[in-house]
Amino acid sequence: MSATPEELKERIETGIPGAVAEVTGDGHHFNAVVSAAAFNGLTRIAQHRLVYDVFGAEMGDRIHALSIQTKTAEPEEAR
Amino acid sequence: MSDQTANPLRDAIQEAIDENPVILFMKGNPEAPACGFSARTVAILQSLGARYAAVDILPDPRIRQELSAISDWPTIPQLFVDGELIGGCDIVSEMYQSGELAQTLGLQADAAEAETPQPAGMESAPLSIENRL
Repeated sequence: MSATPEELKERIETGIPGAVAEVTGDGHHFNAVVSAAAFNGLTRIAQHRLVYDVFGAEMGDRIHALSIQTKTAEPEEAR
Repeated sequence: MSDQTANPLRDAIQEAIDENPVILFMKGNPEAPACGFSARTVAILQSLGARYAAVDILPDPRIRQELSAISDWPTIPQLFVDGELIGGCDIVSEMYQSGELAQTLGLQADAAEAETPQPAGMESAPLSIENRL
């Protein structure tokens, strides 16, 4: 069963509290743009790991390739 | 191996990471990348004139398995600088565009003149390290 962009979006948003994800893809190669306050203060490596961790062993297997772009999101009260 | 807990492949990978200031684990080799993400990463390093060692992870699936166990990073390519994981294709691309990558690689300083040490003790390991001088 191949993955869908909708499934990935939902799992990222569920797996990383407060995250907003935009996912595109063809069932094998996906592109995800993820914003989350949880990324604040983390290195890019750590931010991407949070996204990879949502999918665990499916990375590179069922999800053949996932390009990730992460963005930090300032909490509203900080603005 | 007399020591049942020894993991010579993992040790060889760790040693390669430690001994090469800039090392790229990729699919294929720099002349013939076997994956678009590896190809893009190679192209970026070449456009910066970076000197790097490259390891093809394809010949043995255990290389990728052990590498990911060391780096806690699931995908290929993986770029290491001074023993630290910098990232895969996405992060390398972002850092390239922002100018951070050249800085991380020390290409704005005289560091480019430093000699890349030859990897030692790798002869018996199932890894082929290639210095890109």
